[in-house]
Amino acid sequence: MTDMEFTGSTLTAAGPAAPPLLELSGLRTEFATRDGLVRAVDGVDLRIPPGSTVCLVGESGCGKSVTARSILGLVDPPGRVSGGHIWWRPPGDGERVDLAGYGRTDPRFRQIRGQQISMIFQEPLAALSPMYTVGDQLGETLRLHRGLSKAEARDEAIALLRRVHIPRPEQRVDEYSFQLSGGMCQRVMIAVALSCEPALLIADEPTTALDVTIQARILDLIAELQADTGMSVLFITHDLGVVAEIADEVAVMYLGRVVEHGSTEQILTDPRHPYTHRLLRSVPRLGSGRQRVLPTVRGQVPHGARRPAGCSFHPRCDHAIAGVCGTVDPAALDGGDGHEVACLLYDDAHRPAGRTLPLTVVEPAPTPEPAATAVTADRPPLLDVRDLRMLFPVRHGMFGRTTGQVHAVDGVSLTVRPGETLGLVGESGCGKTTLGRCIVRAETPTSGQIQYRDGDGDPVDVTRLSGGALRRYQRDVRTVFQDPFSSLNPRMTLRQIIGDPLVTHGIARGSELTDRVADMLRRVGLSPDYLDRYPHAFSGGQRQRVNIARALILGPKLVVADEAVSALDVSVRAQILNLLRELQDEFQLTYVFISHDLSVVEALCDRVAVMYLGKIVELADTATLFTAPKHPYTEALLSAVPVPEPGRRTRRTRLSDDLPDPVNPPDGCWFHTRCPHAVAGRCDQPASPPALETVAAGHDVACLRHAELHLDGVRADRP
Amino acid sequence: MTTTLLPEDAAPAPEPGPAPADRDRASQWRLVWWRFRGHKLAMAGLVVLSGFYLVALLASFLAPHSTSWFDEDYIYAPPQLPKLVDTSGDDWNWGLFVNGYTMEQDPETLELTHTTDPDTRIELGFFVRGESYSLLGLVDTNVHLFGPKDPDQPVYLLGADHRGRDLLSLIIHGTRVSMTIGLVGVLLAFVLGVVLGGISGYVGGKTDGLIQRVVEFFMSLPTLPLWLGLAAALPRDWGPLQRYFAITVILAIIAWTDLARVVRGRFLSLRTEQFVTAARLDGSTRRRVIFRHMLPSFTSHLVASLTLSIPAMILAETSLSFLGLGLQSPVISWGVLLEQAQNFRAMADAPWLLLPGAAVVLAVLSFNFVGDGLRDAADPYR
Amino acid sequence: MLGFVARRLGLMVPTLFAISLVSFAIIQLPPGDYATTLVSQLEDNGQTVDTAQLEAIRERYGLDQPIVVQYWTWISNIVLHGDFGQSFQWNQPVAELLSSRLPLTIVLTLSTVLFTWIVAFPIGLYSAVRQYSWGDYVATTVGFLGLAIPNFLLALGLMYIALTVFDADVGGLFSAEYEEAPWSLARFADLLGHLWIPVIVLGTAGTAGLIRILRANLLDELHKPYVVAARSRGLSETRILFKYPLRVAVSPFLSTIGWVLPLLVSGEIVVSQVLSLPTTGPLLLRALRSQDMYLAGAIILLVSVLTVVGTLLSDILLARMDPRVRLGMR
Repeated sequence: MTDMEFTGSTLTAAGPAAPPLLELSGLRTEFATRDGLVRAVDGVDLRIPPGSTVCLVGESGCGKSVTARSILGLVDPPGRVSGGHIWWRPPGDGERVDLAGYGRTDPRFRQIRGQQISMIFQEPLAALSPMYTVGDQLGETLRLHRGLSKAEARDEAIALLRRVHIPRPEQRVDEYSFQLSGGMCQRVMIAVALSCEPALLIADEPTTALDVTIQARILDLIAELQADTGMSVLFITHDLGVVAEIADEVAVMYLGRVVEHGSTEQILTDPRHPYTHRLLRSVPRLGSGRQRVLPTVRGQVPHGARRPAGCSFHPRCDHAIAGVCGTVDPAALDGGDGHEVACLLYDDAHRPAGRTLPLTVVEPAPTPEPAATAVTADRPPLLDVRDLRMLFPVRHGMFGRTTGQVHAVDGVSLTVRPGETLGLVGESGCGKTTLGRCIVRAETPTSGQIQYRDGDGDPVDVTRLSGGALRRYQRDVRTVFQDPFSSLNPRMTLRQIIGDPLVTHGIARGSELTDRVADMLRRVGLSPDYLDRYPHAFSGGQRQRVNIARALILGPKLVVADEAVSALDVSVRAQILNLLRELQDEFQLTYVFISHDLSVVEALCDRVAVMYLGKIVELADTATLFTAPKHPYTEALLSAVPVPEPGRRTRRTRLSDDLPDPVNPPDGCWFHTRCPHAVAGRCDQPASPPALETVAAGHDVACLRHAELHLDGVRADRP
Repeated sequence: MTTTLLPEDAAPAPEPGPAPADRDRASQWRLVWWRFRGHKLAMAGLVVLSGFYLVALLASFLAPHSTSWFDEDYIYAPPQLPKLVDTSGDDWNWGLFVNGYTMEQDPETLELTHTTDPDTRIELGFFVRGESYSLLGLVDTNVHLFGPKDPDQPVYLLGADHRGRDLLSLIIHGTRVSMTIGLVGVLLAFVLGVVLGGISGYVGGKTDGLIQRVVEFFMSLPTLPLWLGLAAALPRDWGPLQRYFAITVILAIIAWTDLARVVRGRFLSLRTEQFVTAARLDGSTRRRVIFRHMLPSFTSHLVASLTLSIPAMILAETSLSFLGLGLQSPVISWGVLLEQAQNFRAMADAPWLLLPGAAVVLAVLSFNFVGDGLRDAADPYR
Repeated sequence: MLGFVARRLGLMVPTLFAISLVSFAIIQLPPGDYATTLVSQLEDNGQTVDTAQLEAIRERYGLDQPIVVQYWTWISNIVLHGDFGQSFQWNQPVAELLSSRLPLTIVLTLSTVLFTWIVAFPIGLYSAVRQYSWGDYVATTVGFLGLAIPNFLLALGLMYIALTVFDADVGGLFSAEYEEAPWSLARFADLLGHLWIPVIVLGTAGTAGLIRILRANLLDELHKPYVVAARSRGLSETRILFKYPLRVAVSPFLSTIGWVLPLLVSGEIVVSQVLSLPTTGPLLLRALRSQDMYLAGAIILLVSVLTVVGTLLSDILLARMDPRVRLGMR
C-alpha cells in the first residue's frame, strides 16, 4: 500500500455528491476550569452528507458530546465555542449559515433547534421533565414549531407515539416520564425530536444507558425513521458494534480531534490510525470464543488540560516515530478514497525509511482457548446454591405499606466449580446482582441454601452463618465492585483501604501490613509508591485495580465480580480483563463474573447462566450457550449484541421492550410476553413457569418448547 | 508479570491545585481546608470569629472596666471620639486622648445631660492600671489594655448606659456569654441529634419510624412560644450559672431535630454506598463500620451544619434576653444589654444603646459565612 | 389524593393531642400557680392574704384539683364547647380576649406572607438567572444581612429612624384617634399607614431565607439535562425558565405556608412587644409572665394547630404541584 498517495485533504472537496448538510471546520470549544483551559474540541473537521448516518466514535473525554452540543449552541458556561465554523445548509433554500456565529441564546437558533436539527440524549429519563406529562412536552414542540392547536397537538402527539412504536399511546400520552421505562423514555425523546421532521438528528449516546435488547430496538427505530424521512443522523457512541450496525461514515475522535474518517467499511476493515487499530482490537468480539489475552491500548486518555504536544496520541502509540510524533502536529491526509487519517506515519515527509504500511500487528492474534477446562468437572463444587430466594417488599406511598414483593432471586439453583469462571448474564433487574450479593452475604437470602465446601472439608450452609463463622467465610469469598468511584472510601489511603481487611481479620498490622499491601499493589500492576495516596489521585482503571487488590489481599478462593469492567472505557477494560485472567492463574481463583456485556462474558467465562426475572432460564458451558442456545431469551440476547464487523447486520430476533411487572409476573412462562417463539394456549397457561431441565450434559434450559425449537447462536452466521 | 499487564499510565492522574503530589497524599481535612481557603467571605468570617473568641477569652484585660463598675454622674453620657492630635491650643499637641464632658441639669426634671467638651482633655494610655482582676483565672493583675491614664477620669468610648456603666466594657464582657451560649447549646443539640439521628439512620426499621415521629412532633411545635414558656418556667431564684445552662438546654431542645435529620439522611445515603458494603464484607464489625468508615465521611458536613445552627441560637438567646425571659442582670450578654433599649424614650436619647446589636449582627453574619464556606467545602471529592 | 388528605388528617389527631399535652405541661411548669402570683402582687401592694382566702381563690379557679383533672376539664371544654376558659388576669373569657386580637394578627401575618412572596420571588429569580452579576451580589448581601439582624433590632432601628428623620411615632397599628374608633375608610387607611413597619420587620428574615432557597434551587435545576433538552427543542429562554426549572424550584414557596405561619406568629411576639401592637403576641408574653395559664395555653395551642395545619396545607399543595409526590413515587 506504499504506492497509495496520501495527500493533504481539503475540506471543500467533499466528493462528487450533494453538498454536505452540515460541515464543521476547525471547530474549537473550550472550558475555563480550575485546572486551566480545557480544549474539549480542538479543531474538528466533519461533514455530514444529506440522508446519511455519520458516527462519531471515541473513548470518554474525547470531546464527542461537546462537539454535538456545540452544533446546537448547547454548551453551558464556562464552556464556549471559541473558533471555527459550523456551516449549516437548511434544507430547501440551500443558503448556508454559520451556527458558530450565533450566541447561545440567539433567537435565530430557535428556528433551527427542534425544527431543522433535533437532538436526543444519553439519559432519556433525565431529559424529560418529571413535572409534565409526556404529551405535554411532545405537544409543546408541535405547537411552537408547527402552530398546532392544543387539541391538534394532542392527536398528533398520540400519532407520533404510535409511530415510535409505543404501545397504548392514548394512555401513555398522559403519563409522566418516571412512570415509563428507560427504553420508552428514549422512544418519547425520539418522538419529540421527529415531531418537526428535522433534516438532521443528533443522537448523543442514546442507547448507552439501556440494555442491549432495548438498544437493538432503538437502533432499529432510528434506522426505520431515517429510511422514512430521509434525514441525516449524527450518532455519537463509544461502542464500535453500534457503529457497524448503523453508520455509513465514521469519524474517530481522540482528545478533541478527528484522527480518522472514512466509510464504515474502511474504518472497520482497514483502520489506518494506530488508535483506531488498537481500539478495534481491544473490543472482545462476540463469536470469537474464549480468549487467552485481549490486546489492549497502553495507558489512558489524558486529562484535557494536559494534551501532549505533537500528535496527542503519541505517548500511547506503538508506532510513534521518535523525535517526530512528539513535535509535529499531524494534518488530515486523504488516501484518495475519501478515507482520511491524521497520522504522521502516512505522511511521506515524516515516515522513516523501513516503516511499511499498513500497520503491522505487534501482538499475536487473540488465541481462542478450548472452553471449559476439564479438570474442574470431577471435583466437588466449591459452591452449591439450592433453591435460593430473595424477596424485597415493595412499599408504596407515604406510609410505606407493603403492597407486594419483588422476587429478585426466585428459586435459583446452580453450582460453582473450583477454578472455573461462571458468568451471570441478563438484562438489568433480572436479579444477577442480588444473586451475587447473596453469595458474598452482603444480603441474607430469604430462603434456600448456599453450600460452601472448602477443599475436602464438609460443606457449610452459608445462609445460616453469622459472627466468626461468617467472617471466616467472607475471608474466602470476596467481591470486586462495579463502580470504581463509590467503592473506594475517598477518605482513606490505599494502604488503609487495601490493608483494612488484614486488620479486621487480625492477620497483619504495622510494617507487615505495609509489606503485604505493597506486594499486592505490585501484583495488580500499581506502584508501591502509591501506598499513601488517596483514591482521588487515580483514574477509573487504576481504582479498579485497587478494588481487585482489596479483594485478593485475604487470599480468597472465590471472587464475585459484579460488572467489574462495565464503567471502564474499552481500552482500559481489556487491561482489567487481562489482569483478572492472570490473577486467576496465579492464585487459583474461582470467579463468578456478573455482566450485562455478553462479549466480555464470552471472552472470560467457562460457563454461563442466563437470568430472567429472578430465575435461571439457561445454563451451559460458554461455547454451547453462545453457539447453540436452547432458550429463546438467550437467542434474543445474543442477537441483540452489535458486532463491530460490517456485513453482520443480519436479521435479528427482537424483543419487545415492554417488560412485565416483576411484582405481578405473567402466567405460564414468564418470558412468553416477549418471546418470539411463544405459542398461545401453551406458554401462557396459568401453570407455574417451566422448571430448569437438563437437556444435555451440563446444559440446563427452562423452556417449554426447547425440544422443538432450533435457535441461532452467534457463530451460525459467521463465514 | 507479563508484558500485557501494563498499568494505564506511569503515574496517577495528576490533579491541579497545590503541587499534584501533595494533593494525592492530602487527607480529607487538608482538601477541605484548601477549598475553604478559596472562599473569601468565609475566611473573613473566620478571622472575625477568631477575634470574637479572643475577646471573650481576654475580656477583663481588653475592657477598661469590670461589669460592676459604674458612675452615676455619667448616666447616658454620649460616646467620645478618640483623637490623636489636639489642635485646640496654639500648637499641635500629639498623643491619644478624648474630650471630657460638660454636664447640665434640667432644672425641672433634674435630668443630667452630657455634652463633650472640646476644651478638656483626658489622656488615654495603653497598659494602664485599673481595677484588679484575674487574667484567665491564673494571674492576678490590674493592667488593662487601655484606659484613662488617671483612672478617675470618665472615659466612655461607646457611651454610657442608664446606670453610668461603660458600654464598651459591657459589650466586651458580654462577648463571653453571647459567643459561648451558642456553642454550648449546639454541643448539647449535637449529642442529642447525632445519637438519635445515628440510631435512626443506621438501625432503620421500627426504631427509625419511632424516632422520626418524635422528630416530626418536635418540629411541629412552634419554636418561640415553646422557648418562652420554658424560659418563663425557670425558677426566679436560680443563680446566673443555673440560668445560663437552663437557657442552653432550652435552645438545644429545638435545635437537635434539624441535626438529627441531617445525620439520619447522611447515614441512610451512606448505608447504600458501595464502600460501606465493602467495609462490611472486609470483616469490619458494626462499630468499626460506623466509626471508621461512615462517621469520617460526614463529619465535615456535620461541622458545617453545626456552624450554621449557631447563629439561630445566638439570635434566640438575644431575643429571649431582650424580652427579659432569658438571662438577667447581673449576667451580661448582648441580649441583656439590648433589653435596656426596650425603653423607647431611652433609646431615642441614647441611640448608642443599640450598639450591642451590631455585635450580634457581626457575629451572626460571620457564623453564616463560615458555615456556608464549610458547606461548600465539605465534600472535596465532588 | 383524597385518601392522602384523609390519612394525613387522621395522623393529625394524635399530634394535636400530644401538642395539647405539651402546651398544658408548659403552662404548668412554673413553680406555684396563678394564686401565688396574685398573692405576691397583692403583697406588693401592701395587702395581706390569709390561707383561707388563698384556698378560696384556688377553689374558684379549680387550681386545687389534680393536674390530670385540670387538663381534662381544660381540653374537653375546648373540644366540646369551644370554651377556652377564663383569663385570670383580665377576668374575661379567653375566647373573647383572643377574638379582639386575632383578626389583626391574621391581617398582619397574611400581609407579611404576601410581602415576603412578592419581594422574594423576583429577586430570587433574578439572582439565579444572573448569577454573579452586580444585582446578584447586592441581593445576596442583603439576604445575608436580613438573616443576621434580629427582627426586634430591626424594629428598634426603624423606629429610631422614623423618630429622628420623620419625627413620627410608628408604634402600634393605629394612631391615637383611631384606636377605639369603629371601622371606617379613614381607620383602614390609618391601619395601612402603620402596617408597613411591622410587615417589613417581620418579613425581612423570611424574605432573605426564601431568596437564598429559591436561588439555590433554581441554580440546581438550571443545569439539569431536561433544561438542555428543552433548549434543544427550540424553546425561548424565558419560556424554558418559567415552564421547567421554576416549576420545580417554586416548591419552597409552597412550603413557606408550613413554616412561615408559625414563624411569623412567633416572631410577632417579640416585634409586637417592641412596636406595641394590639396582637396576640404581647398577650402571650404577659400571660406567661403572670402564669395566666388558660390564656397562655390557648395561644400556644392555637399557634401549634396553625403549624400543623400549615404543614398539611403545604404538603397538599406540593402534592398537587409535583406529580412525583402525587403519584407516590420517589
